[in-house]
Amino acid sequence: MKTYNNKAWWLVLPVFVLVAFSAIIPMMTVVNYSVQDIFDPSTRYFVGTEWYREILADPRLHDSLVRQFIYSFCVLAIEVPLGIVVALSMPRRGLGVPFSLILLSLPLLVPWNVVGTIWQIIGREDIGLYGWILNSLGLDYNYASNPRDAWITVLVMDVWHWTSLVALLCYSGLRSIPDVYYQAARIDRASHWAVFRFIQLPKLKNVLLIAVMLRFMDSFMIYTEPFVLTGGGPGTATTFLSQTLTQMALGQFDLGRAAAFSLIYFLIILLVTWVFYTAMTHNDDKG
Amino acid sequence: MRLRKSLVMLVYLLFVLVPIYWLVNMSFKSNREILGGLSLWPTAPTLDNYRVIFTEPTWYMSYLNSLSYVSMNMLISLLVALPAAYAFSRYRFLGDRHMFFWLLTNRMAPPAVFLLPFFQLYSAVGLFDTPIAVALAHCLFNVPLAVWILEGFMSSVPKEIDETAYIDGYTFPKFFIRIFLPMIRPGIGVTAFFCFMFSWVELLLARTLTSVDAKPIVAQMTRTVSASGIDWGVLAAAGVVALLPGIAVIYFVRNHVAKGFALGRV
Amino acid sequence: MAEIRLEQLAHSYHGAPSNPADYALRPMDHVWEQGGAYALLGPSGCGKSTLLNIISGLLVPSEGRVLYDGKSVNDLTPQQRNIAQVFQFPVVYDTMTVHDNLAFPLRNQGQPRERIDARVREVAEALEIEPLLNRKAQNLTADEKQKVSMGRGLVRDDVAAILFDEPLTVIDPQLKWRLRRKLKEIHQRFNVTMVYVTHDQLEASTFADKIAVMYEGQIVQFGTPRELFENPQHTFVGYFIGSPGMNLLDIALGTSGVEFEGRALAVPEAAVARLRQRPEGRLQLGIRPEFVQLVAPEDADLHGYVDLIQDQGTFKIVDVRLETPSAPVIKVRLEEEAAVPDGRIGLHFPEAWQRFYIDDHLVEAADEDL
Repeated sequence: MKTYNNKAWWLVLPVFVLVAFSAIIPMMTVVNYSVQDIFDPSTRYFVGTEWYREILADPRLHDSLVRQFIYSFCVLAIEVPLGIVVALSMPRRGLGVPFSLILLSLPLLVPWNVVGTIWQIIGREDIGLYGWILNSLGLDYNYASNPRDAWITVLVMDVWHWTSLVALLCYSGLRSIPDVYYQAARIDRASHWAVFRFIQLPKLKNVLLIAVMLRFMDSFMIYTEPFVLTGGGPGTATTFLSQTLTQMALGQFDLGRAAAFSLIYFLIILLVTWVFYTAMTHNDDKG
Repeated sequence: MRLRKSLVMLVYLLFVLVPIYWLVNMSFKSNREILGGLSLWPTAPTLDNYRVIFTEPTWYMSYLNSLSYVSMNMLISLLVALPAAYAFSRYRFLGDRHMFFWLLTNRMAPPAVFLLPFFQLYSAVGLFDTPIAVALAHCLFNVPLAVWILEGFMSSVPKEIDETAYIDGYTFPKFFIRIFLPMIRPGIGVTAFFCFMFSWVELLLARTLTSVDAKPIVAQMTRTVSASGIDWGVLAAAGVVALLPGIAVIYFVRNHVAKGFALGRV
Repeated sequence: MAEIRLEQLAHSYHGAPSNPADYALRPMDHVWEQGGAYALLGPSGCGKSTLLNIISGLLVPSEGRVLYDGKSVNDLTPQQRNIAQVFQFPVVYDTMTVHDNLAFPLRNQGQPRERIDARVREVAEALEIEPLLNRKAQNLTADEKQKVSMGRGLVRDDVAAILFDEPLTVIDPQLKWRLRRKLKEIHQRFNVTMVYVTHDQLEASTFADKIAVMYEGQIVQFGTPRELFENPQHTFVGYFIGSPGMNLLDIALGTSGVEFEGRALAVPEAAVARLRQRPEGRLQLGIRPEFVQLVAPEDADLHGYVDLIQDQGTFKIVDVRLETPSAPVIKVRLEEEAAVPDGRIGLHFPEAWQRFYIDDHLVEAADEDL
């Protein structure tokens, strides 16, 4: 049992100060902007909730929000099961372990703009392997002009980029299962499916929660990779929330609207994550 | 079954490696060859692209800039997260749960939200265009993650270890550094890896908070567009070079990571 | 239901074992008969769990064969061998109820529902976990979980054998005793071969009809508890069985007969003759503390002083330090009410209970010597 001790605050204080400096002050700036109309630093008017009302009615937000949710849903629906399968296929001992760990981690270590660049090249039908193969197979694939192809390319890119993270997390969960569980299952004549369903999956619950939350947050904030790959196009097919926001704030310097957008954006992530979190930890409480 | 597993792993690794191979392949080609058509390997291998990276100061300085803010970030994140994670794993205190959740919410804040405020904040305190600004900004998402991971590792160390040490007359700092930290080395390895990873690959904040002096490699790479189009070869070479520190880090912590993944609840 | 035979079985975790120390199990032949209750007794690290895992098929032996009813099962998986095994620490399927846990092995065999329910109830009743049947397994206490683990082993009635790997480690002493009785009852009721691994001699002797004592990867003796006590085939058995273990004295063959540190000992002529036939090796005389007699100094070959008396409640253990140069301690077990003399005393070893060992192995007495 943990002891109650308020002196522990001293240990948390550095984190608090640091994160407060990086989070609270900027957040206050954002809140401040979101209720004002700013023409230049000396000319600003208080406008109350006007920006919020405008943003909530803005079709740009609606469109990219819908796209964003579909995208994040697809990301989770593909990467979580695939990550589990990859983790289950990891070697359990021997030289293969560090070898596979390093190779699996490679996509995670590629700077995000380079991820975009790689897929930009490899998807081209003239000089990229995948684009060339698809077109040789008779498919009319072109991510730069066909919205559907662009969308699929962004998704495959995300799968390539991030499934390793889910796999590494699940691998850590699997490693924490003692051998004796597998031995008992063999003695009980459990099928491979039963081993997965009754031994591995229950032990993976905690890491899956983390994996799902991280992947949801990050896919919901995705910016750099599609920006480099497609620039959000063709049209607005791959324009996600972060890009809409960045265009608004830096492109059009529409500070008040961007600030209101930011806060709504943040609240959506917070809300969805909270729902995930309570849903997945719900059964624990019931016992 | 074993065969099928190896096959799945092999296919997946192929999926992972082909794009990276394509990057490496491209980095040894001239722009003419890259744009000339599809070739599975360089027909006329050249090191020119790498020569550009290692001889032009804007390139190699940007590389060093990235390394400097990433190491600073790793160091800061670990230094502040270690005691905090210890507090969360061992004590209950006023507002602990709220504090923990609040920390996590910062991991959820889209960097795009913070671009402008950060720019203004760091300009105001005179840190704009310094590595430390980027290092601090990246703390926003790395510190919560570090606390989260480390807390998991620390919770798996029995509390009796602490109590025994205090009975043996250790003071808290001495116990923490001499006994506790060595016990969670794998956890520190895993945390360092994640901090490195997320800081090294981030573009948006790093680009916004720097202009010339502290320009990171990721930002430098977005500026390979010239009058004659994108310099694909140099870009690919830069990408390959950008991969190397990550590989070095994971190679050094590979045993910790393998073990760390086994112990903690990362 | 099967007889389990080990033929020239050996196992090494090294790829290429070069000396005996590389073997977790040294080459052995052994038979467990169908329907027997056996214990595999030995200190930790002696290879008993390795042997158990080889019998169940979780481990493939590096040498030799395992036969079930005369047929080699080396290439069969545990599933195909149809064997049950209960492990040292509880293994339960957390997300299932206790009932589903118990039913799991039967469902995997595709048995009909009514049969499963009947079996589950029977086993739950035997283990006294009926009230828990509808609870989720993850919320049970450690010993409840272990009962569920045992239940999963007992629930299948067609198994070749049930193997127990120190199953009562996590159970508290009171319950331990009850569960051991239960196992014995179940054994008698179902007539199934059971092999029970333990490091506790009391546990072994209450459960098993015959005990195999393991030491450094070998079965050094296989016999009834009484045989192990009266006739240890190996000094390790003498030392490990009994409380306290056998007294062992390093002896030498002199001109007059058997000597201990220069003093002649009264031993049977026949024993001396047999020892003389094999003059090499380390010679030891073993005698159980129960059989050592305290006598007047003039009636004895060995003398000493009482060093320590431990009162064990129903008996006492007296440490006698001998006068000889190395001053070894001989343990003597006396009745609770027996008097312990003061001062210099004599020790008498009755000839019938003297055992002789060459290089740790018993020198068998011919029948007429006894």
